[in-house]
This record gives sequence, structure tokens and C-alpha cells, in this order.
Amino acid sequence: MSHQPVVVGRDGLAALIAALHSDGFRVLGPTVRDDAIVYDDVVTVDDLPAGWTDEQDGGRYRLKRRADNALFGYAVGPHAWKRFLHQPLLRLWRAEPDGTGMQVATDAKPTERFAFLAVRSCELHAIAIQDRVFLQGPYVDPHYQARRDGAFIVAVNCGEAGGTCFCVSMNTGPKAATGYDLALTEFPGEPHEFLLEAGTERGAALLARLPQRPSTPADAERADAVVAKTAGNMGRHMRSDDVPDLLLDNLEHKRWDDVAARCLSCGNCTQVCPTCFCTAVTDANDLSGATERTRRWDSCFSQNFSYIHGGAVRPSPRSRYRQWMTHKLASWVEQFGTSGCVGCGRCITWCPVGIDITEEVSAIRGDAPGGGHGRA
Amino acid sequence: MPAITEPLAPAEGDPMLPRIVRVGKRARDHNGTVTLTLESADEMPLPTFRPGQFTMLYVFGVGEIPVSISGDAADETCLVQTVRAVGAVSQAVTELQPGDTLGLRRPFGTAWPLEDLNGRDVVIVAGGLGLAPLRSVIYHVLANRARFGNVALLYGARNPADILFRSQLEMWRKRLDVQLDVMVDHADSSWHGRVGAVTLLLPRLAVDAARATALVCGPEVMMRFVAAGLSDTGIPDSSIWVSLERNMECAIGLCGHCQVEGLFVCKDGPVLRYDRVRRLMGVKEL
Amino acid sequence: MEGLERILGEHRLFVGLPQPFVALAAGCARNVAFNAGDYLFRSGDPADWIYLVRHGHVALEAAVPGRGAVMFETVSEGDVAGLTWLLPPYRWDHDARAIEPTRALALDATCLRNKWETDHDLGCEVLKRFLGLLVQKVNAARFQVLDIYARHY
Repeated sequence: MSHQPVVVGRDGLAALIAALHSDGFRVLGPTVRDDAIVYDDVVTVDDLPAGWTDEQDGGRYRLKRRADNALFGYAVGPHAWKRFLHQPLLRLWRAEPDGTGMQVATDAKPTERFAFLAVRSCELHAIAIQDRVFLQGPYVDPHYQARRDGAFIVAVNCGEAGGTCFCVSMNTGPKAATGYDLALTEFPGEPHEFLLEAGTERGAALLARLPQRPSTPADAERADAVVAKTAGNMGRHMRSDDVPDLLLDNLEHKRWDDVAARCLSCGNCTQVCPTCFCTAVTDANDLSGATERTRRWDSCFSQNFSYIHGGAVRPSPRSRYRQWMTHKLASWVEQFGTSGCVGCGRCITWCPVGIDITEEVSAIRGDAPGGGHGRA
Repeated sequence: MPAITEPLAPAEGDPMLPRIVRVGKRARDHNGTVTLTLESADEMPLPTFRPGQFTMLYVFGVGEIPVSISGDAADETCLVQTVRAVGAVSQAVTELQPGDTLGLRRPFGTAWPLEDLNGRDVVIVAGGLGLAPLRSVIYHVLANRARFGNVALLYGARNPADILFRSQLEMWRKRLDVQLDVMVDHADSSWHGRVGAVTLLLPRLAVDAARATALVCGPEVMMRFVAAGLSDTGIPDSSIWVSLERNMECAIGLCGHCQVEGLFVCKDGPVLRYDRVRRLMGVKEL
Repeated sequence: MEGLERILGEHRLFVGLPQPFVALAAGCARNVAFNAGDYLFRSGDPADWIYLVRHGHVALEAAVPGRGAVMFETVSEGDVAGLTWLLPPYRWDHDARAIEPTRALALDATCLRNKWETDHDLGCEVLKRFLGLLVQKVNAARFQVLDIYARHY
């Protein structure tokens, strides 16, 4: 890809959104709703969260006004893009009596194509991870595939590190490296500008349709400075090189009891995690004899999750937290060739009791500040 | 949700979509255990399977469960499956009658390493209903007896009334080319067979440990005791195979329920080599 | 007598022990045979004999009112019926009944006990072997207590 980056203004961004619409995409991006940044339909540039940022810490999330008019001046909210690619609720099929037996039918494949606007680097990695889960194993999930195929991705290089961000530790950001059609870096203030780079031919083709000016070396330097500043302001850190062995060698560490005493087994972390993919199926019947099978997100924190005839394999919160964390950070590597964690910090922010995955890893390693937790 | 417009996708399309099959025969075994012979309900032949694999059986309006295939893989006209009523869905499966239809999703998972058995001594240790997925192996071994060295079949059950496939076991016991021992945990004086832990039979195996392959299936605790006992007799852990059981919902490694460490039991298992799972079988609530 | 010595020396509890001791123990041994239904011993009887089963099948049972005799273990070729001869008060705590025609080596328990009292090294060696057997039986009993086939299968 040898296309030169260009610089566009807010009008260029508006033109980008309009162009995506006219190309038939359903444009989804950040919007403000219920005091949070959530991903929803974006009709115009005015739907974006201008002048908002978020303040995040363990168990804490607040929107705050910014001093400027930045459109992408927040970190990440409770939504991840998986809600569009890997739907929270999905009908697998429906069966109706046809006299002698049952007739099974599936819904038509969705025809809409998504354009995701402002996908952060950690989220690009999360999408790549779910691609491995759903598309690159021996079985392909046709529902995910149908929604993923042709999705147009506009990445945003992060200008703001959240209080629970640790993408630098996970080598997943804050600069988008791959997996996007277009990537933008925002320069808030006056003039309000965006550096836009194409990652694919179709991205470049779209770029050519926008009002723009050529970028200068100074623009490139400014963009580099934005991500460098963000990289230097990570809210959390986690040494990640030794984590898989560390956790798998410490399955009986006392720290699991400690975290189990705090964990509510609510499953928030699995719902907000951009890579958690577990689902459960349920059946519903009606009086006509028809039956419908649906799939919904599930969580390994529920006791039923591991149920086999008569009991749960993991009845205790201790074993369930251990299951989640060792899968995410350790077994995932064996299964998919990558960690399941992208350092987005959502599980820390949205944990009602502020359990911090980075702190739990440190405690098990024994390097937590004042960590008195020895090995079991 | 969008309207239904696509009827009856083929089985090889959406792996979550069941195919309709019919119950041909139904045989009651012991204590709520039933063996169903499934037949094609249309022109399409039934899928083939490799011993050790399982299918997902769906009873309309009730739900879906994984069920062991207990039949002869050489017979491609039917699928023989054994299930015991322990929950709502398995209860419904055991109540199906000849002529009833049900949903079937393909045979899934890994198989017993039948090719590796050639020229070797074969030890089969089954516990309780674990005899079902091993019966397919027994059919294969007995039908090709000359390919193997000594063959030992050990079966453990709770009590004489719980012995699965009892008449077949009695028939196999008459063969002179197989060591067959049945051990029950508890019995009254009407039982003339062995009583005790199935592990007590392991030191008496008439096989050459260095050239033996062992296949073990039963409740996980039983497999843990038995596999460790086989290991103690000198059979290398890499020649011992077990069949793990976890909550298998999708059977294609996508729903996450059966994940344990780096494995999805539904697709990386259920049949796994003991040296791979020995450690994790010993961790509580993993 | 020579035959008994050889049979004893090949039994898993005696294999590898010094020949003089095996010969001594053989001096306490005799061949016995039981018909199906015969009792080798009954609960409460003095534990005077140790039975090394050579052929056949013996049920170890405890009488339970209302349930008849409950079998908790069966022993067959190579096994030993009864362990309480090892320690005072040298009394059987269960029944041993031949399920099928059974042949065994019966060792005079008093004789054996006297012999290891006069040779502690050998006594220690024999006890270690019986201890191994005991551990195996305890483990097997543990397996049975878990009742592992009950819930899942």
C-alpha cells in the first residue's frame, strides 16, 4: 500500500460517513447514550461524541466534557464490536410440524454490510482474535462469517489512554497496524483535522472521494506524537511475556481464593470483553408445536456453564474465575496462537468490585506491591 | 429477527442445523438406559462414524445432548446410540419409540486410535456406561482379531443389575482369544462374579506392557484411577487413551462450554491421550 | 513338601524371599480345597490360618440384616483371603465363602507369627509385603466408597 496519507477536516469526515452510506453500508460508530459511549448507528458526523471523554478506573466509568471538540477523545466504552459480528442473541433455526415430522428452517443470511467507524487498535486485534475462533478453525460459524464478510473498518489511532488501558503491555496498540481499510488520527482544536491512511485498495478508493489536502511530514510527526503520548499514558501495565506458564503452573495458588472472595460471578467481564465468545443455546416452543432454537452470549462465570449430568464441573467462584483468567491469558495461546487479552481494560472498568486482571497477574507472580500471597 | 426464507439447509452447510432421522429400533438395557438404532428418514445415507465419536441428538421442543455411538462402524445402514436418562433431555431421548423422528447432528470429535492397535496387545477398560463408546472398538477388535496380540477387556459396574450389554459380555466371555473380566463394586450372594474395584484387575493383565495400548472410558474419577494404575503396570502414558466428558453444547468448538485448558473436549476430544491430560485430570474443578 | 515350597516361592507375597525362609514358611503350609458354598472361615472365628488362593473364587462377605450377605470383595488366584491374622486378637471380621471349587495354600498363622518373632528381618520383609497388599485393598475400598458409577453412569 503506497498511498500517501491525506488530511481531511470535519467536512471530510462527514463526507466519509456519507460515502459509506451511499455505498450501502450500515455505519456504526461511537455515540453517547445512557451516560456512556456506545456503538450504534451513525447517520451524520453530529452523532459522534464531540467533546466527550471518559474517566475509567477499577469498577468506575464516567463521561466528562473535554476542553476541546474532539470526536474520538475517549478510550473505550462497555460495547465491543463483537455485538455486531457475534450477536448477543441469534435464532439458529426454527422447526415446524409438517404432518409426518418436523421441517427445520434457518433464517436468511443477513444482507447488510457493516462499516465500523473508529475501531481502536485493541479492537482490531480483538476482531482478528474472533476471526480465528469463528472462521479459522475446522468449523466456521456461518452467522459470524455472513456479518464479517465485507465489513468496512475505519480505525482510529488513540489520542487518549483510558485509566484501565494496557494495550502497550499486550502489544496491541495504541496505533492501528493492520486489519483496517482506513485509519485516522485526530488533531483536535483549530483547525480540527484528521490524518487518514488507507490500509486496503477499497479504503484508498474511498479516500480519493473525500475533500482533502495532501499530508506533510509535519502531519506525520503530529500523528506520531499523538500515539506516542497515548502510549506513555497507559492506565495499567501487565508483564505479559511469562503469563501463560505462570498461570498454568499456579493453578492452586492462594490468590485464587483471594480473588474468589471478591468476585461476584456476575459475568460482566465476559460480556464487555471484546474476545469472549461463549454462547448457550435455548429452546422455545409454542402451542402449534413449532420450536425455535436460539443462541445467546453465555458466561463461564455462571454455575450452569460447566454442567454435566447432575452437577457443575466448576461449582466454586474460585474455579470459575481461574477458568476465565487462565483461558483468556494462557490456554488461549495454545488454542488460537495468541493471547485472548488485548489490554482494552473493559473487564477492569466494568467489574462492579473493580477486580483488576493486571493486578491478579502480578499477585500470582509475587510482584504485587505489598503482595503477601505466597504460593499454595 | 428476519423472516424464514431458506428451508432445509443441507447437513454439510450449517453445522448447528440438525438433520431429521428416525428411530428404527429401541432396546431397553438396565436402569433407564436405552439403545436406539437410528435410520435415515430420507434418501440420504446416514453419516459414517469412527468409534469414539459422538453425535448430538435433539428432541424437538426439549433440547439437545451429546450421545455416545455404541454400534458397529462397519454397518453403515444405521447409527446405534446408547443413552441413559439422567436429565430432561436424556429422559426424552430414552422415551423415543420406533418410528419417532428426532434431530441428529453429525458424529463429532476424535476417535479411538484403531490404526495404532494393529500388532499390539489391546487393553480395554470400561466403567459403567463407558462401555457404550468402547463397544464400537470391541466390534472392530473381535472382527479383526488376528491383527492384534493379547486382548483384555475389563469392565467395572456399580452392581450386577447395572451391567450394560450383559448378554453380549457373556457371549464374549466364552471366546478363548479374549481375557474378559467384569468387576462390580457391590453385590449380594446371588452374584458369582468378581466384586471389588476394577483397579484390582490391572496387575493381573495378561499383556506385554511395552507393546500394549489401553483404551479407557468411564466416569472421570474411574479413568483417573485406572489410567494411573495402567501406567503403574508399565504401559507408557502415551499408549493410554481416555475419553473425557464435559458440557458439550455446540460440538464444534465454538460455544466454549467444554473448554478445559487448551482443549475443547468436543473437537480436540473426547478421546485424548493420557500423557496430554494426566495433569489436568488431577486438578480439582478445572 | 518340596512342591509346597515351590508354590509358595512363586506366590506374589513370597516371591524373592530367601529360600530358607520360604522353606520355613512352607513348613507351616498345607494344601486345602473347598467346594462351592464352603466357608473358608466365618466372622468371629479365630484367625488361625492364612489362605493364599491358588485356584477358584472366594467371596468376602458381611451379613447385613435384611440384605443377606453383602459381598464387598472377591479374591481369586494369587490373592489372599483375610488379613486380621496379622494382629491381635487374631480373629476374622468377615466371612469367606468359596463361590466355586477353590484350592488354596493354608498357612498356619501361629507358626508364621512365631517364625518372624524369632527373625525380625524376615518378619519385617513379610510385613512389608502384606502392608503393600493392605494399601492396595484400602485404595480399592476407597474407589468403592466413591461410588463413582452411581451419579454419572
